Amino acid sequence: MMNHSQPQGADYNYTIVRQFSLTTVFWGIVGMSVGVLIAAQLIWPQLNFDTPWLTYSRLRPLHTNAVIFAFGTSALFATSYYIVQRTCQTRLFAPRLAAFTFWGWQAIIISAAISLPMGFTQGKEYAELEWPIDIAITIVWIAYAVVFFGTIVKRTTSHIYVANWFFGAFIITVAVLHIVNSMAVPLSLTKSYSLYSGAVDAMVQWWYGHNAVGFLLTAGFLGMMYYFVPKQAGRPVYSYRLSIVHFWALIALYIWAGPHHLHYTALPDWTQSLGMVMSLILFAPSWGGMINGIMTLSGAWHKLRTDPILRFLVVSLSFYGMSTFEGPMMAIKTVNALSHYTDWTIGHVHSGALGWVAMVSIGSLYHLIPVLYNQGRMYSTNLINVHFWLATIGTVLYIVSMWISGVMQGLMWRAVNSDGTLTYSFVESLEASYPFYFVRFIGGVFFLTGMFIMAYNVIRTVKAPKDSLPAIADAKAA
Amino acid sequence: MDYGTLRGIITIVVMVTFIGIFAWAYSSRRKDQFDDAANLVFSDEEKTEVSKDSGEKK
Repeated sequence: MMNHSQPQGADYNYTIVRQFSLTTVFWGIVGMSVGVLIAAQLIWPQLNFDTPWLTYSRLRPLHTNAVIFAFGTSALFATSYYIVQRTCQTRLFAPRLAAFTFWGWQAIIISAAISLPMGFTQGKEYAELEWPIDIAITIVWIAYAVVFFGTIVKRTTSHIYVANWFFGAFIITVAVLHIVNSMAVPLSLTKSYSLYSGAVDAMVQWWYGHNAVGFLLTAGFLGMMYYFVPKQAGRPVYSYRLSIVHFWALIALYIWAGPHHLHYTALPDWTQSLGMVMSLILFAPSWGGMINGIMTLSGAWHKLRTDPILRFLVVSLSFYGMSTFEGPMMAIKTVNALSHYTDWTIGHVHSGALGWVAMVSIGSLYHLIPVLYNQGRMYSTNLINVHFWLATIGTVLYIVSMWISGVMQGLMWRAVNSDGTLTYSFVESLEASYPFYFVRFIGGVFFLTGMFIMAYNVIRTVKAPKDSLPAIADAKAA
Repeated sequence: MDYGTLRGIITIVVMVTFIGIFAWAYSSRRKDQFDDAANLVFSDEEKTEVSKDSGEKK
């Protein structure tokens, strides 16, 4: 069987999915290149060339916005538009509006890529973009919701597949988070001030920030997982009932975890404790979902030996399990006292961002692109395998170096002499981190190299003559 | 009603809702329905000629 086959006579809108899939690869390379550059700047500060728009402070938000909103969100647009059509067995609702979401989103990405290096910022992490761009995001996002839910309404199946529930929750919650957190008083076209102040501002910001992780970077990508893991493994999800409990438990709990970003601050103590407890409970649905994904392979483990796409998906779930174990641990106040403000946090974020978000997207795209271009497989399965190892080794180098560096920083900052004075100055801890910054840089280069290999493989697949890439016996045995 | 009582009631409501969802999802009456739902991932290809070896996908 061709597990990539498009049903005959099916009339799905693949144009929009192709556009978003290709831009995912492109923005991935852009966003990760900026990441590698700023990682290098932490070792060789002269790499900012004394130019204001190349300084770390301006490029860091460019990096985070590019990987989250350009790379990650393009992947979500592509896969949600694809999955909602195929599992609802109907064509996308409002195709013109769908095209508007593509061009609108690209325009927003480009305005971010210009305005952030110029220094225009609201100063809120992951919500730096100034108010005119915020309004544009809201408009495009509402259009996205209309297209997505419109497609669900006109479905020809009776049941709404679980992946669509996750995508739906992601779309609605991101709209709410974005609108509430971006409320601001404009002063001019390029400057505004948040409607909130003090501890309230901090709480609103991290309610937004953590749920951007929970709904954009988790729920959305779980939607991806619930379609592409069963599809690539050639068997239905391990437990559909567990997926229902997983969905409701995850969306009900995530929304409360934000205060763990504000331990030992001016935030009321009870709010901090609440955030900590909710973060700990969150471990249960996270691992429920992870186990559900991995166990889908039970009875088909041998496919991991021959199928690097499945390997991408399963390893992404393993990183998801690791980072959703690490997260609740770091939310415990006493652990947070050591980890907060250190590189450990950066390591944790990248264990999720590279290991989970990027790898599940890459695996999904390797499945998706041949389908979109009517081929049986990608141009080169060997290159997918090379990419898999570069991505895995790159991620491991990154997170291990940041763990060591972070724990070391935490210990050095809290060390006191017998007379109560600090044992180390800040600069001493910075100096001790240099070797680890170099290892992190190498890890980033590995990961980025993999993305370039992917781009080559994608271009060759897109340009390949019709039906020239038949599915291999092994891969299609699914 | 003071705030503490209200919070207590909300906690019970949320807990009962969760148990309700769990019972609903795992009730044996819905087993077949959910087995069908799990196969939605494959069902749009089974309508075509490629369905000849779809039995393997089960």
